[in-house]
Amino acid sequence: MEVMDMQEDHLLELRGIEKRFPGVLALNNVDFTLRKGEIHALMGENGAGKSTLIKILTGVYSMDAGSIKVEGQSVHITSPQDAQNNGISTVYQEITLCPNLTVAENMFIGRDSKNLVNQKAYEKRADEILQSLQIPARAKQQLGNCSLAVQQMVAIARAVDLQCKVLILDEPTSSLDDKEVNMLFTLMRDLKSRGVGIIFVTHFLEQVYEVSDRITVLRNGELVGEYLTEDLPQVQLVAKMIGKELDELNNLSDTEEHKEHDGQVFYEAQGLTSSEALPFDFQIKKGEVNGFTGLLGSGRSESVRAIFGADKVGGGTVKIKGENVKITKPIDAMKHGIGYLAEDRKRDGIIADLSVRENIIIALQVMNGFFKPISRSESEAFADEYIKALNIKTASRETPVGSLSGGNQQKVILARWLLTHPDYLILDEPTRGIDVGTKLEIQKLVLKLAEEDVSVTFISSEIEEMLRTCSRLIVMRDRHIVGELKGADLNQAQVMKTIAGGES
Amino acid sequence: MKDKNIKSKKINFGQLTIPLIAIALLVIFNLIRDPGFFFVGLSHNNDGNLVLQGNLISIINGASELAILAMGMTLVTAACGGQDISVGAAAAIAGSVFVKTLKSGSGINGGKFIAALFLACIVAMIFGSLNGTLVAIFKIQPMIATLILYTCGRSIAYWINGGATPTVSSPIVSAMGSFIPGIPIPTPVLIVILMAIIFKLIFRFTSLELFTQSVGINGSAARLNGINTTFIKLLSFIILGVCVAVAGSIGVSRLGLINHETLLLDVEMDAILAVAIGGNNLGGGKFKISGSIIGAYVIQMLTITLYAMKVPSTDVKAYKAIVIIILVVIGSPVFKEKFAKFMNNMRKNVKGINVKGAEKA
Repeated sequence: MEVMDMQEDHLLELRGIEKRFPGVLALNNVDFTLRKGEIHALMGENGAGKSTLIKILTGVYSMDAGSIKVEGQSVHITSPQDAQNNGISTVYQEITLCPNLTVAENMFIGRDSKNLVNQKAYEKRADEILQSLQIPARAKQQLGNCSLAVQQMVAIARAVDLQCKVLILDEPTSSLDDKEVNMLFTLMRDLKSRGVGIIFVTHFLEQVYEVSDRITVLRNGELVGEYLTEDLPQVQLVAKMIGKELDELNNLSDTEEHKEHDGQVFYEAQGLTSSEALPFDFQIKKGEVNGFTGLLGSGRSESVRAIFGADKVGGGTVKIKGENVKITKPIDAMKHGIGYLAEDRKRDGIIADLSVRENIIIALQVMNGFFKPISRSESEAFADEYIKALNIKTASRETPVGSLSGGNQQKVILARWLLTHPDYLILDEPTRGIDVGTKLEIQKLVLKLAEEDVSVTFISSEIEEMLRTCSRLIVMRDRHIVGELKGADLNQAQVMKTIAGGES
Repeated sequence: MKDKNIKSKKINFGQLTIPLIAIALLVIFNLIRDPGFFFVGLSHNNDGNLVLQGNLISIINGASELAILAMGMTLVTAACGGQDISVGAAAAIAGSVFVKTLKSGSGINGGKFIAALFLACIVAMIFGSLNGTLVAIFKIQPMIATLILYTCGRSIAYWINGGATPTVSSPIVSAMGSFIPGIPIPTPVLIVILMAIIFKLIFRFTSLELFTQSVGINGSAARLNGINTTFIKLLSFIILGVCVAVAGSIGVSRLGLINHETLLLDVEMDAILAVAIGGNNLGGGKFKISGSIIGAYVIQMLTITLYAMKVPSTDVKAYKAIVIIILVVIGSPVFKEKFAKFMNNMRKNVKGINVKGAEKA
């Protein structure tokens, strides 16, 4: 009998979900269960498979194996329309409504066209829904005039009126302020009390603990486990997301010595801020390797982008070798000997259609200037030198870089910056999505650079990598620097404690 | 490993293949139709110069303005991922400035001619930088941004000309529009060659080509590598401005008058087409100026062929459209991919018969 009860309670059952992309097993035998009237947080670091799972559930991707049951009935979801017909609705991070239509129009657009015939009727219906959910918007209001939070709520209201049983909220809070987040949480709790099951995807740990009942953790495309939120301390959650048990970590630590650097300070920033980063202080010495760590969205990338002038710099003072300098755009940073390997290789790194050779020389070319092109033979020599030095596997130096594997693309970008002979190299996730062998090569390279007195900032989602290479770790949480670890404190347990926020 | 082999085979489909095949097909077609079509002879023209004449010469000569505009259009396309539709109207303005300067004061000498050309360039570059500002700084789509000048350009030319269609007659002007005494090659063709050489030199002695392609392929990465993407986009429009002024001045010199209503009318569409036929991606990125130049000659040869076939001038555009649809579809990535797949399947099927037999056994 008990089993029966449990089954009835299950709104959504995913069993043995498998999804394969060329060369990657994105999801491997993943189970997920959503019950009526619960808020279920889906957690995992980048590449854990959260978004793949969501996309399978909403019909964007088709799964290679596994089954989906909605209220005990087997269903086949092959399109977003299928998902909607099965009562599964999604509200994405970016609002996908039309800002130039009214709230009511947004709520009813693309649905049964009868609804749109009688404007009065659907505006009345929209007002009813808005009121019942206590959303501070009126049906006739233009959506673009509402705050982001309200727009998000309208998107939810639209989903709710589609008779949804399962509501997926994908990073709904990332662009909201605290007050707006609270409004959203109130709405979520209200929906929960009406029996809607909510899948909540977020990278804000505090929010998970504030609103969710249950947590499912994925890592590297596999299910780590399902836990009641109250039974899983924050530091345990972080450990499960990153993939190390605390005890195991304690054993690992202290195996390596981290010498403190006493060299000259190369770069120093005070109150540096950009359009994306809150003010922070930072300094790095010659030949030092430091790291920024924190979960996704903690602000680690935004901070190093501010150092390089990649985003609009807001203020703060920057000194290089003790002298005040102004870095407001990438070329300023480059001229002061700073190189930056961007986190998103595809979007900010490679110039896909250009050859390996052109991709390698481009930063040096920019520094040399518009009127001093590197000659063909010289650029070929540079390319050959670095293809050999970094062991880049490419058919030839004229092969478009886009056709290389991820690891080799990353090496091309590394070569690009090494060719400029930087004094300070910022590497944001240089090892993401590349094979283990290449990862080790890159770590070795970082240490070699440090020996040559180059300062390096190394960011990686894999904490072991950072512990192996960095002599100092800056820990960030919710866009603030919350700690700086060095010496004996440089161990996984300590890092995780700091990331998760104190109590263990 | 196998996948990689197939991939590399697919790419071996040179950018210039299609435009060159198009030219070859047009030549063969004309030779079959009329073996004497491409006969080139030396004869005396009205001015008593010994010059080259024949269909081939008039095709190459007639495409000069288009070829020059296509060169500049290629750069704008590559950097901005969009096209400038105001080149015809801007050429009318530049042509008007050219004539106005020549007609100021009395007499036309070499110095004044140079000054007129220079002034036309300056004005066209100013209008180009206005277009460029809208695109590069205000991030307006190129077609919308240049629609403004497209709409008002010929009115501006009308004001410059004071509502008339002034004529200029001078040996220097006619030398620019037809032949320089003693040289049998039409001057506009020489100017095309000169412009092509200038572009080649610019690419040789600056990083314009590399930077433009980087901005067009991945603006975000280009910016993070220190490239001033705004400047590169703006620069492409300014360079196109120079092309516009040169093309406009040639157009004016041919006729010895400036008619702001008809000078290089509808040339913008042909220029964009030349870029596309030349195998350049209209969404920006990698480019080949030579492709666009060949594209311009394809368009011109097609037009002249149709006229030679006695197709009524009202119908020419329709026939042109058919050929262009075919060219553009064959040149599209989708078609190339399908074609490569088709060829691979053919190859596999031939081999597959043996393999399948072996598997079953």
